[in-house]
Amino acid sequence: MAVTILIPTALRLFTDNLSEIEVENSQTVNQALEGLVTKYGDLKRHLFTEEGTIRSFVNVYIGEDDIRELNGIDTELKDGQTLILVPSIAGGV
Amino acid sequence: MIKSTKEIEKVIREFGEQEYPNECCGLLFGKINSDNSKEITEILPISNAQNQENKYNRFLITSKDIIKGELYARKRKIDIIGFYHSHPDHPAKPSQFDLDHAWPVYSYIIVSVIKGKADLMTSWLLSYDRAKFEEEVIN
Repeated sequence: MAVTILIPTALRLFTDNLSEIEVENSQTVNQALEGLVTKYGDLKRHLFTEEGTIRSFVNVYIGEDDIRELNGIDTELKDGQTLILVPSIAGGV
Repeated sequence: MIKSTKEIEKVIREFGEQEYPNECCGLLFGKINSDNSKEITEILPISNAQNQENKYNRFLITSKDIIKGELYARKRKIDIIGFYHSHPDHPAKPSQFDLDHAWPVYSYIIVSVIKGKADLMTSWLLSYDRAKFEEEVIN
């Protein structure tokens, strides 16, 4: 079962400039993201904390739905679905 | 190097002054060249999504605002190339909080606003290992 992950501009540097990556064997969002960082190891530090959780400013959408409003990284996927990685931007003094 | 215009810099400064003592923020649109230099062609002010009590020292641009910006950019065949925000009564240098939340590739423009008056404006890029920011020239 394969899903497609859309990569934001900031991370294409780490995916050989590809804006869409197909990942096999993805029953859940977590498996899809694990598959992605297995293919493109340099992405890992930008998507996950050192403790292995998704960084708070990395948002994963299935269509228009934020996975945090679904079942988080355990959200189940259907064959052919598209995941969108969307940054949120924070900062301050 | 990031290429800008006096008009764009004026708008960022004025927005920083307008939002003082809170932080302002917004999107930078334009092009990334093959040598990794950038050119800002447009900017879009964004309403700081932080809680009211935190706006004086924090800003937040939500993923929903980013999606809107991405759709706008695609229509105009440009990209989101970075973000700007103000540091009220603080220097135009990235903080540890900025570093912890930064993305690679994007430019981060910071304008210092001292006692309500815009001061120094700088631009920064996250190193690929996430260890530090490197300053880039605004031209």
